[in-house]
Amino acid sequence: MKNFKMSIAAMLLLAVSFTNAQEKEKMNHDHGTMKMDHSKMMNMNNDAKAEAILNDYFNLKDALVGDDTKKAAQEGAKLAASLKAFDASSYTAEEQKELADIIEDATEHAEHIAKSEMSHQREHFKTLSKDISDMVAITGTESTLYEQFCPMYDGGSSWLSSSDQVRNPYYGSKMLKCGKVKETIN
Amino acid sequence: MKIVKIIAVVLLVAFVGIQFVPTERNQSDVVPKTDFMLVNSVPDHIKSKLQTSCYDCHSNNTQYPWYNKVQPIAWFLEDHIKEGKAELNFNEWDSLSNRRKKSKLRSIIKQIESDKMPLDSYTLIHKDASFSETEKQELIKWVEQLKDSI
Repeated sequence: MKNFKMSIAAMLLLAVSFTNAQEKEKMNHDHGTMKMDHSKMMNMNNDAKAEAILNDYFNLKDALVGDDTKKAAQEGAKLAASLKAFDASSYTAEEQKELADIIEDATEHAEHIAKSEMSHQREHFKTLSKDISDMVAITGTESTLYEQFCPMYDGGSSWLSSSDQVRNPYYGSKMLKCGKVKETIN
Repeated sequence: MKIVKIIAVVLLVAFVGIQFVPTERNQSDVVPKTDFMLVNSVPDHIKSKLQTSCYDCHSNNTQYPWYNKVQPIAWFLEDHIKEGKAELNFNEWDSLSNRRKKSKLRSIIKQIESDKMPLDSYTLIHKDASFSETEKQELIKWVEQLKDSI
Protein backbone atom coordinates (compact mmCIF):
# COMPACT_ATOMS: atom_id res chain seq x y z
CA MET A 1 0.00 0.00 0.00
CA LYS A 2 2.79 2.35 0.97
CA ASN A 3 4.58 1.72 -2.32
CA PHE A 4 1.43 2.27 -4.26
CA LYS A 5 0.83 5.67 -2.66
CA MET A 6 4.37 6.73 -3.34
CA SER A 7 4.28 5.86 -6.98
CA ILE A 8 1.02 7.78 -7.34
CA ALA A 9 2.68 10.82 -5.81
CA ALA A 10 5.64 10.50 -8.16
CA MET A 11 3.38 10.16 -11.20
CA LEU A 12 1.51 13.28 -10.14
CA LEU A 13 4.72 15.24 -9.88
CA LEU A 14 5.77 14.15 -13.34
CA ALA A 15 2.37 14.97 -14.77
CA VAL A 16 2.53 18.46 -13.31
CA SER A 17 5.93 19.17 -14.82
CA PHE A 18 4.80 17.92 -18.25
CA THR A 19 1.66 20.05 -18.23
CA ASN A 20 3.76 23.01 -17.27
CA ALA A 21 6.02 22.53 -20.25
CA GLN A 22 3.07 22.17 -22.58
CA GLU A 23 1.41 25.26 -21.17
CA LYS A 24 4.56 27.25 -21.84
CA GLU A 25 4.54 26.12 -25.45
CA LYS A 26 0.90 27.03 -25.84
CA MET A 27 1.53 30.49 -24.45
CA ASN A 28 4.27 31.12 -26.99
CA HIS A 29 1.96 29.99 -29.71
CA ASP A 30 -0.84 32.34 -28.68
CA HIS A 31 1.61 35.15 -28.61
CA GLY A 32 2.46 34.55 -32.26
CA THR A 33 -1.13 34.67 -33.47
CA MET A 34 -1.80 37.77 -31.41
CA LYS A 35 0.96 39.62 -33.20
CA MET A 36 -0.46 38.63 -36.57
CA ASP A 37 -3.91 39.91 -35.70
CA HIS A 38 -2.42 43.14 -34.62
CA SER A 39 -0.77 43.82 -37.96
CA LYS A 40 -3.96 42.91 -39.78
CA MET A 41 -5.95 45.29 -37.64
CA MET A 42 -3.74 48.28 -38.40
CA ASN A 43 -4.93 48.93 -41.88
CA MET A 44 -4.03 52.58 -42.34
CA ASN A 45 -1.84 54.14 -44.97
CA ASN A 46 1.94 54.27 -44.75
CA ASP A 47 2.38 57.79 -43.51
CA ALA A 48 0.00 57.19 -40.65
CA LYS A 49 2.07 54.18 -39.64
CA ALA A 50 5.28 56.18 -39.66
CA GLU A 51 3.53 58.90 -37.62
CA ALA A 52 2.36 56.25 -35.15
CA ILE A 53 5.96 55.09 -34.74
CA LEU A 54 7.11 58.66 -34.17
CA ASN A 55 4.34 59.21 -31.67
CA ASP A 56 5.34 56.14 -29.66
CA TYR A 57 8.97 57.19 -29.85
CA PHE A 58 8.12 60.60 -28.36
CA ASN A 59 6.13 58.98 -25.55
CA LEU A 60 9.12 56.76 -24.82
CA LYS A 61 11.43 59.77 -24.85
CA ASP A 62 9.15 61.61 -22.40
CA ALA A 63 9.16 58.60 -20.05
CA LEU A 64 12.97 58.64 -20.08
CA VAL A 65 12.98 62.40 -19.47
CA GLY A 66 10.72 61.71 -16.47
CA ASP A 67 13.06 58.97 -15.13
CA ASP A 68 10.14 56.55 -15.30
CA THR A 69 11.48 53.06 -16.02
CA LYS A 70 8.12 51.34 -15.90
CA LYS A 71 6.48 53.81 -18.26
CA ALA A 72 9.48 53.66 -20.60
CA ALA A 73 9.17 49.86 -20.70
CA GLN A 74 5.48 50.10 -21.60
CA GLU A 75 6.15 52.69 -24.30
CA GLY A 76 9.01 50.54 -25.62
CA ALA A 77 6.63 47.61 -26.03
CA LYS A 78 4.10 49.85 -27.79
CA LEU A 79 6.78 51.17 -30.09
CA ALA A 80 7.91 47.64 -30.94
CA ALA A 81 4.32 46.79 -31.93
CA SER A 82 4.02 49.91 -34.12
CA LEU A 83 7.33 49.13 -35.78
CA LYS A 84 6.19 45.62 -36.61
CA ALA A 85 2.99 47.01 -38.11
CA PHE A 86 4.92 49.25 -40.48
CA ASP A 87 4.29 48.52 -44.14
CA ALA A 88 6.91 49.69 -46.63
CA SER A 89 5.21 48.41 -49.78
CA SER A 90 4.56 51.86 -51.26
CA TYR A 91 8.24 52.81 -51.25
CA THR A 92 10.87 52.08 -53.91
CA ALA A 93 12.76 48.80 -53.76
CA GLU A 94 15.87 50.49 -52.46
CA GLU A 95 13.95 52.39 -49.79
CA GLN A 96 12.15 49.22 -48.81
CA LYS A 97 15.42 47.47 -48.20
CA GLU A 98 16.73 50.34 -46.13
CA LEU A 99 13.47 50.64 -44.19
CA ALA A 100 13.33 46.92 -43.46
CA ASP A 101 16.84 47.15 -42.05
CA ILE A 102 15.99 50.20 -39.93
CA ILE A 103 12.76 48.68 -38.64
CA GLU A 104 14.45 45.40 -37.71
CA ASP A 105 17.15 47.19 -35.77
CA ALA A 106 14.74 49.61 -34.10
CA THR A 107 12.38 46.80 -33.11
CA GLU A 108 15.15 45.00 -31.30
CA HIS A 109 16.08 48.14 -29.37
CA ALA A 110 12.44 48.84 -28.51
CA GLU A 111 12.01 45.27 -27.27
CA HIS A 112 15.08 45.58 -25.08
CA ILE A 113 13.80 48.84 -23.64
CA ALA A 114 10.57 47.01 -22.80
CA LYS A 115 12.43 44.64 -20.46
CA SER A 116 15.40 46.58 -19.04
CA GLU A 117 16.31 48.92 -16.24
CA MET A 118 16.84 52.63 -16.82
CA SER A 119 20.55 52.76 -17.70
CA HIS A 120 20.13 49.97 -20.22
CA GLN A 121 17.00 51.60 -21.63
CA ARG A 122 18.98 54.77 -22.27
CA GLU A 123 21.78 52.87 -23.99
CA HIS A 124 19.30 51.38 -26.42
CA PHE A 125 17.50 54.68 -26.82
CA LYS A 126 20.64 56.16 -28.34
CA THR A 127 20.80 53.68 -31.22
CA LEU A 128 17.04 53.69 -31.50
CA SER A 129 17.11 57.47 -32.01
CA LYS A 130 19.52 57.07 -34.90
CA ASP A 131 17.22 54.46 -36.47
CA ILE A 132 14.13 56.64 -36.09
CA SER A 133 15.78 59.70 -37.59
CA ASP A 134 17.01 57.59 -40.53
CA MET A 135 13.46 56.34 -40.94
CA VAL A 136 12.05 59.87 -40.97
CA ALA A 137 14.62 60.83 -43.61
CA ILE A 138 12.87 58.34 -45.91
CA THR A 139 9.23 58.48 -44.83
CA GLY A 140 9.06 62.18 -44.01
CA THR A 141 6.63 63.52 -41.42
CA GLU A 142 3.88 66.10 -41.21
CA SER A 143 5.14 67.78 -38.08
CA THR A 144 8.26 69.78 -37.39
CA LEU A 145 10.93 67.81 -35.55
CA TYR A 146 14.01 68.93 -33.69
CA GLU A 147 17.16 66.89 -33.57
CA GLN A 148 18.71 67.61 -30.20
CA PHE A 149 22.14 66.76 -28.93
CA CYS A 150 23.74 66.10 -25.56
CA PRO A 151 27.56 66.22 -25.76
CA MET A 152 27.99 64.47 -22.41
CA TYR A 153 26.20 61.16 -22.78
CA ASP A 154 28.35 58.36 -24.24
CA GLY A 155 30.63 60.63 -26.26
CA GLY A 156 27.74 62.72 -27.59
CA SER A 157 24.21 61.48 -28.29
CA SER A 158 21.26 62.74 -30.30
CA TRP A 159 17.51 62.33 -30.04
CA LEU A 160 14.40 63.67 -31.72
CA SER A 161 11.80 65.90 -30.15
CA SER A 162 8.60 67.56 -31.31
CA SER A 163 9.43 70.63 -29.24
CA ASP A 164 12.39 72.97 -29.59
CA GLN A 165 12.80 73.06 -25.81
CA VAL A 166 15.54 70.73 -24.63
CA ARG A 167 14.50 68.02 -22.14
CA ASN A 168 17.28 65.49 -21.86
CA PRO A 169 16.16 61.81 -22.09
CA TYR A 170 19.64 60.47 -21.31
CA TYR A 171 19.96 62.13 -17.91
CA GLY A 172 16.39 63.04 -16.95
CA SER A 173 16.10 65.16 -13.82
CA LYS A 174 19.86 64.96 -13.23
CA MET A 175 20.54 67.29 -16.16
CA LEU A 176 17.13 68.08 -17.55
CA LYS A 177 18.04 70.98 -19.79
CA CYS A 178 21.49 69.87 -20.86
CA GLY A 179 21.81 69.87 -24.64
CA LYS A 180 21.01 71.93 -27.68
CA VAL A 181 18.97 71.86 -30.86
CA LYS A 182 21.23 70.58 -33.62
CA GLU A 183 18.86 70.63 -36.53
CA THR A 184 15.27 71.47 -37.38
CA ILE A 185 13.60 68.88 -39.60
CA ASN A 186 10.74 70.18 -41.83
CA MET B 1 9.97 10.27 10.00
CA LYS B 2 7.84 8.28 7.61
CA ILE B 3 6.72 11.42 5.79
CA VAL B 4 10.33 12.51 5.30
CA LYS B 5 11.08 9.17 3.71
CA ILE B 6 8.12 9.46 1.38
CA ILE B 7 9.10 12.95 0.29
CA ALA B 8 12.67 11.82 -0.33
CA VAL B 9 11.51 8.92 -2.47
CA VAL B 10 9.10 11.12 -4.43
CA LEU B 11 11.86 13.64 -5.12
CA LEU B 12 14.19 10.88 -6.18
CA VAL B 13 11.62 9.40 -8.55
CA ALA B 14 10.91 12.85 -9.99
CA PHE B 15 14.62 13.51 -10.42
CA VAL B 16 15.09 10.23 -12.27
CA GLY B 17 11.93 10.90 -14.27
CA ILE B 18 13.01 14.28 -15.61
CA GLN B 19 16.23 12.73 -16.90
CA PHE B 20 14.15 11.22 -19.69
CA VAL B 21 12.91 14.56 -20.95
CA PRO B 22 14.95 15.29 -24.07
CA THR B 23 16.82 18.58 -24.52
CA GLU B 24 18.00 20.25 -27.68
CA ARG B 25 21.76 20.06 -28.15
CA ASN B 26 23.62 23.00 -29.58
CA GLN B 27 26.38 21.28 -31.51
CA SER B 28 27.73 21.60 -35.03
CA ASP B 29 31.00 20.81 -36.81
CA VAL B 30 30.36 23.30 -39.55
CA VAL B 31 31.66 26.84 -39.23
CA PRO B 32 29.60 28.83 -41.73
CA LYS B 33 31.20 31.34 -44.10
CA THR B 34 29.36 34.08 -42.25
CA ASP B 35 31.33 33.46 -39.04
CA PHE B 36 32.69 36.52 -37.25
CA MET B 37 36.26 35.15 -37.28
CA LEU B 38 36.19 34.38 -41.00
CA VAL B 39 34.96 37.76 -42.22
CA ASN B 40 36.99 39.94 -39.84
CA SER B 41 40.72 39.84 -39.30
CA VAL B 42 40.71 39.13 -35.60
CA PRO B 43 44.02 39.16 -33.68
CA ASP B 44 44.77 35.80 -32.04
CA HIS B 45 44.41 36.89 -28.43
CA ILE B 46 41.02 38.49 -29.13
CA LYS B 47 39.95 35.46 -31.10
CA SER B 48 40.70 32.99 -28.35
CA LYS B 49 39.10 35.23 -25.74
CA LEU B 50 35.88 35.54 -27.75
CA GLN B 51 35.84 31.81 -28.35
CA THR B 52 36.34 30.92 -24.69
CA SER B 53 34.09 33.58 -23.22
CA CYS B 54 31.31 34.04 -25.77
CA TYR B 55 31.00 31.24 -28.30
CA ASP B 56 29.44 28.68 -25.95
CA CYS B 57 26.18 30.62 -25.93
CA HIS B 58 26.59 32.87 -28.96
CA SER B 59 27.36 30.34 -31.71
CA ASN B 60 26.03 27.07 -33.09
CA ASN B 61 28.53 25.01 -31.17
CA THR B 62 28.66 24.71 -27.40
CA GLN B 63 31.54 23.03 -25.55
CA TYR B 64 29.31 21.34 -23.02
CA PRO B 65 30.51 20.80 -19.45
CA TRP B 66 30.44 17.25 -18.07
CA TYR B 67 27.24 17.80 -16.10
CA ASN B 68 25.33 19.03 -19.13
CA LYS B 69 23.22 15.92 -19.42
CA VAL B 70 21.90 16.08 -15.88
CA GLN B 71 18.47 17.62 -15.53
CA PRO B 72 17.43 20.21 -14.51
CA ILE B 73 20.85 21.71 -15.33
CA ALA B 74 20.48 20.77 -18.98
CA TRP B 75 17.24 22.79 -19.15
CA PHE B 76 18.91 25.77 -17.61
CA LEU B 77 21.74 25.60 -20.15
CA GLU B 78 19.39 25.06 -23.06
CA ASP B 79 17.43 28.16 -22.09
CA HIS B 80 20.52 30.33 -21.83
CA ILE B 81 21.96 29.15 -25.12
CA LYS B 82 18.68 29.74 -26.93
CA GLU B 83 18.42 33.23 -25.55
CA GLY B 84 22.08 33.97 -26.23
CA LYS B 85 21.87 32.90 -29.84
CA ALA B 86 18.72 34.91 -30.41
CA GLU B 87 20.55 38.04 -29.26
CA LEU B 88 23.76 37.39 -31.12
CA ASN B 89 25.10 34.46 -33.12
CA PHE B 90 28.74 34.95 -34.09
CA ASN B 91 28.41 32.16 -36.67
CA GLU B 92 25.87 34.23 -38.62
CA TRP B 93 27.65 37.54 -38.27
CA ASP B 94 28.01 38.39 -41.94
CA SER B 95 24.32 37.89 -42.65
CA LEU B 96 23.68 41.08 -40.68
CA SER B 97 23.44 44.46 -42.38
CA ASN B 98 26.01 47.13 -41.52
CA ARG B 99 23.44 48.90 -39.36
CA ARG B 100 22.76 45.71 -37.41
CA LYS B 101 26.47 44.95 -37.08
CA LYS B 102 27.16 48.37 -35.61
CA SER B 103 24.24 47.95 -33.28
CA LYS B 104 25.49 44.56 -32.09
CA LEU B 105 29.06 45.79 -31.65
CA ARG B 106 27.80 48.70 -29.57
CA SER B 107 25.87 46.26 -27.40
CA ILE B 108 28.91 43.99 -27.06
CA ILE B 109 30.95 46.94 -25.80
CA LYS B 110 28.27 47.97 -23.31
CA GLN B 111 27.78 44.46 -22.00
CA ILE B 112 31.50 43.83 -21.47
CA GLU B 113 32.07 47.31 -20.06
CA SER B 114 29.34 46.94 -17.45
CA ASP B 115 30.36 43.34 -16.58
CA LYS B 116 26.94 42.03 -17.58
CA MET B 117 28.59 39.55 -19.91
CA PRO B 118 29.86 36.89 -19.56
CA LEU B 119 27.16 35.91 -17.06
CA ASP B 120 28.24 35.32 -13.46
CA SER B 121 26.63 31.89 -13.53
CA TYR B 122 28.90 31.06 -16.46
CA THR B 123 32.20 32.42 -15.17
CA LEU B 124 31.56 30.71 -11.84
CA ILE B 125 32.38 27.41 -13.52
CA HIS B 126 34.32 28.63 -16.56
CA LYS B 127 37.02 30.56 -14.72
CA ASP B 128 38.97 31.20 -17.92
CA ALA B 129 35.93 32.94 -19.43
CA SER B 130 36.04 35.96 -17.14
CA PHE B 131 37.79 39.12 -18.26
CA SER B 132 40.70 40.78 -16.50
CA GLU B 133 40.66 44.58 -16.56
CA THR B 134 43.39 44.58 -19.25
CA GLU B 135 41.58 42.02 -21.37
CA LYS B 136 38.43 44.08 -21.08
CA GLN B 137 40.13 47.26 -22.28
CA GLU B 138 41.87 45.43 -25.13
CA LEU B 139 38.69 43.87 -26.37
CA ILE B 140 36.65 47.07 -26.09
CA LYS B 141 39.28 49.02 -27.96
CA TRP B 142 39.41 46.46 -30.73
CA VAL B 143 35.61 46.25 -31.03
CA GLU B 144 35.40 50.07 -31.13
CA GLN B 145 37.82 50.09 -34.04
CA LEU B 146 35.85 47.45 -35.87
CA LYS B 147 32.63 49.40 -35.30
CA ASP B 148 34.14 52.60 -36.65
CA SER B 149 35.44 50.79 -39.73
CA ILE B 150 31.95 49.69 -40.75
